[in-house]
Amino acid sequence: MVRDTNRHFKFDWITIILFLLLVGFGWLNILSASHTGTTVDYFDLSQPFGKQLMFIFLNFVLIVLLLAIDAKFYERFSSIIYLISMLSLVGLFIFGKNVNGATSWYAIGGMTIQPSEFAKTATALAVAKYISDLNFNINEIKDQIQLFIIILLPAVLVLLQNDTGSTIVYGAFFFVLYREGLPKYYLTFGISVVLISILALKFGAIITSLLAVACVVSYHFLSKKKLRVYQSILVSLVAIGISFGVKYFYQSILQPHQQDRISLWLNLEKDPEKLERMKQTFAYNLNESEKAISSGGFLGRGFMEGTRTTGKFVPEQHTDYIFSTVGEEWGFLGSSLVVIAFVLLILRILHLAELQKSQFSRVYGYGVASIVFIHFFINIGMVMGLIPTIGIPLPMFSYGGSGLWAFTILIFIFIKLDSNKINEW
Amino acid sequence: MRQFLLFISVIAVGLMFISRLFYLQIYDTNIQSLYDDNAIRKVFDLPKRGFVYDRNGKLLVSNQPSYDVMVIPREVEPLDTLEFCRLLKIDKEDFIKKYNKAYHYSPRLESVFVSHLSKEDYAVLQEKMRKFKGFYIQKRSLRHYETTIGANVLGDIGEVNNRIIQNDPYYRMGDLIGKQGVEASYEKTLRGVKGIKFIQKDRFNRNIGPYKDGKFDTIPQQGKDITITIDAQLQAYGELLMKNKRGGVIAIEPATGEILAMVAAPTYDPNILVGRNRSKNFTKLYNDSIAKPLFNRSLQGVYEPGSPFKLMNALIGLQENVITPHETVTCYTGYRYGNRIMKCHCSYGTRNDLVSGIQRSCNAYFATTYRKILDKNGNASEGIDVWSQHAKSFGLGEFLNNDLYVGQKGRIPDRDYYKHIYPKTFYSTYTISNAIGQGEVATTPIQLANMTAAIANRGYYYTPHIIKKIENETLPEQFTKPKYTTIDKKNFEPVIEGMFQVYKKGTAASLQVKDIDICGKTGTVENFAIIDSVKTQLTDHSIFVAFAPKDNPKIAIAVFVENGYWGSRFAGKVASLMIEKHIKGHITRTDLEDWLLRHSLENEYAKPYSGKPFKINGHTTLQLVEEKEYQRLKEKLSQINKTDN
Repeated sequence: MVRDTNRHFKFDWITIILFLLLVGFGWLNILSASHTGTTVDYFDLSQPFGKQLMFIFLNFVLIVLLLAIDAKFYERFSSIIYLISMLSLVGLFIFGKNVNGATSWYAIGGMTIQPSEFAKTATALAVAKYISDLNFNINEIKDQIQLFIIILLPAVLVLLQNDTGSTIVYGAFFFVLYREGLPKYYLTFGISVVLISILALKFGAIITSLLAVACVVSYHFLSKKKLRVYQSILVSLVAIGISFGVKYFYQSILQPHQQDRISLWLNLEKDPEKLERMKQTFAYNLNESEKAISSGGFLGRGFMEGTRTTGKFVPEQHTDYIFSTVGEEWGFLGSSLVVIAFVLLILRILHLAELQKSQFSRVYGYGVASIVFIHFFINIGMVMGLIPTIGIPLPMFSYGGSGLWAFTILIFIFIKLDSNKINEW
Repeated sequence: MRQFLLFISVIAVGLMFISRLFYLQIYDTNIQSLYDDNAIRKVFDLPKRGFVYDRNGKLLVSNQPSYDVMVIPREVEPLDTLEFCRLLKIDKEDFIKKYNKAYHYSPRLESVFVSHLSKEDYAVLQEKMRKFKGFYIQKRSLRHYETTIGANVLGDIGEVNNRIIQNDPYYRMGDLIGKQGVEASYEKTLRGVKGIKFIQKDRFNRNIGPYKDGKFDTIPQQGKDITITIDAQLQAYGELLMKNKRGGVIAIEPATGEILAMVAAPTYDPNILVGRNRSKNFTKLYNDSIAKPLFNRSLQGVYEPGSPFKLMNALIGLQENVITPHETVTCYTGYRYGNRIMKCHCSYGTRNDLVSGIQRSCNAYFATTYRKILDKNGNASEGIDVWSQHAKSFGLGEFLNNDLYVGQKGRIPDRDYYKHIYPKTFYSTYTISNAIGQGEVATTPIQLANMTAAIANRGYYYTPHIIKKIENETLPEQFTKPKYTTIDKKNFEPVIEGMFQVYKKGTAASLQVKDIDICGKTGTVENFAIIDSVKTQLTDHSIFVAFAPKDNPKIAIAVFVENGYWGSRFAGKVASLMIEKHIKGHITRTDLEDWLLRHSLENEYAKPYSGKPFKINGHTTLQLVEEKEYQRLKEKLSQINKTDN
């Protein structure tokens, strides 16, 4: 085996440059959203932008470290990394610090760390490791269940800590499993559940059930691939079960604030008083964020010139709502470029993942792309009012050290794996 | 196939986001300018409104401070309500009512709590203001009239209404704008340009400092002072003479077109439209639909001009070569046409040439002249167009397009006008009343004054205007370039001679003023009102036009006195006195002056509304004013004469 030493440094610069651009542009927006007064001390550590700048500097050290470690390390130690990560999540129940109703933080000195951010990386590594095992067969129920447990364990742990947003992120692994051969009916089933849920909430369980049965019946008679009668009946029953179950789930299991978010999104609430109350509480953020984006126009108000940003009209603007700053100050042009940059980054990682020769690297790369995508989709979708309010950060953009480092680790492990692909024989 | 699910999802989400951005930022956007941005507070810095001076530099209108107590309910802290109420001179119930109203409007925004404090109350209150958190004093500027005259000239300012705000974004709720008179016509000059400060608000509506360090802030541009053409003393004198009468007087300087006086009677003291009582007083003036004090009769009153219009017919006759100055017409106590007769005061068989025709105001002479004009080419329709064009060249029948806020076109009929009335045949006799300035001819006092000025100038006029000087500006050419009539200069001399004879031995012989050669023309105009849907004749209007001196004229004047009977009875006296006042500065004909102050036409005006049958013209007796009122007017007269020196 001939080693080409140059290959060690053959990092994918497209990914790195896109990553750095997003981090840098993100910081400018944090600066704009969090500065007060007219003179700005960029290194003021009592301010979010100052802290973030420090996080970014430390991030470079982290990047060097990540790229220096031997690529084989990540595969070999993936199980241990996963185990440590799960323990850190469990530990939150004992040592965790409660912020905004979620027990997701460790407080060490003046710093807080959010282990759930890192757990995504650990899970991605573990999933890649498990799937790339030679004995693994995705079509076997036993293997599927074990795989699901690996994914659901952290998801359930963060859910118990009241961090619904992070739980949903684990849905990203569906893309990974599907790519690796998860049977098609999972996809059909998944899409059907989402559709039936929305229809049942919007139009009621009975109408939805009838609709679902009608679909099954017509499929039964029209499709060339004949289903047996009992299969069709089973499918219909499941659909009816979901229709009625989702109503129960919505009313009895979801917390009131979650119900409100969904009811606002689906336009379910008709009581004007209640709507007014919503507008003053959680819908206030959404309303202000849409207004801020809207006021940007085509070219935007200009850096540090957004009136709504300066006036701090949008709560949490430097964290979850950071995209509204982009919208107001950089306008349609800047916001579209950010969207395009994200799309390019995700597609680039996806493309590289497909090129990997080792299955571990490919699955991991797929995981990275999926996780970034879910964050991107939920965060910007929420800020623009396309999906219900779910609190998760925008990768590379939102203020926060844990988030920034977690995505750095997630992405740069893959860059390292990718740079090493020539040696994967 | 499996590897495309995520790929397609990413592309789809990207496109969805860009479409949503397009919708939010380009399709649905409405907050683009700083003015509409509710994240920015706009604080206006109001400039000083310009002063108004008369032609002799006398200050007529200035500003006075006014103090409003403002409240921001949210910032109010417990206070000594009793003391506060005592200072503001309100009671506790009032306080609660006002506070609740302000709170209801907005707890966070300022509202007017008590408006227009007196200077004294302000002085006392200001000392203690710091004790009352959430309240503050807002200084505003109101107009201050240094005079009691010229309400119709000066006009007034008032708060803008929604329509104005919609049409002109400069104005905001609570701004003041000129509503009438020069305040309205020179609004933009007088008001200046207000300054604006943009202040960044936060989401609690608190100020967090100037927006972008005040980069877009502007400082106010002070309003410019203006000098108007009015002679305050002449104006005051005219207003006094017109007391207890209704009508309009316009005096113009023929050499410039400057309006020396513009009297509309009845009028009011401009000071009553300032301050706390403005709306009450305005409503009172507005609702007076009989005397109509807000109706500027000198500009808006459209009257049949009567005999002064004979001057126009004489000029047109000469210009069209259908008469000569020496050609005579015999008057048989009237003019007969068909089986009808237009009566005249001349004795049977009087032979009138042009000069004596004017001097005696002979109806037969001018009926003959008018017919000659119209029938010159055997086609009365063509004739009336020619006649109409000549008359219009004097500024009659059209807007004058000057700098006065209101105006009327009046009416000079032409072929088109009569087409609707006489669709089949048209003969000169149909419109014979036009010969003596009645029938379809109608003018406003200012138009008639302008016609007189054009005669005084022998053939041209300057558009009558009210502006004399604006700080650092030159007047528009519109007011400095003469407008020529269609009548040749030579044709004016015989007409002017006729007007001169009116004073020497004609209808105004009793109005002569020593040492001044006045040229004038009386007018007595029949008029009607609809009373209980019956057309009823009222006492004739008294009309007079004049200019003086005959050579190098300094003043041209038109006077309309409603229901004053004959021309020299009221209008002629007013004209003579104002001419004397303007030229000599003092009055020798105090007998005329005294007569006018002593006599009132109020009874005459009350008649049509009395509901009882009444008599007119010769069957009426003149009303004397009460002694107290007479003394009051005399007192005023001496005040006017005092300011003279």
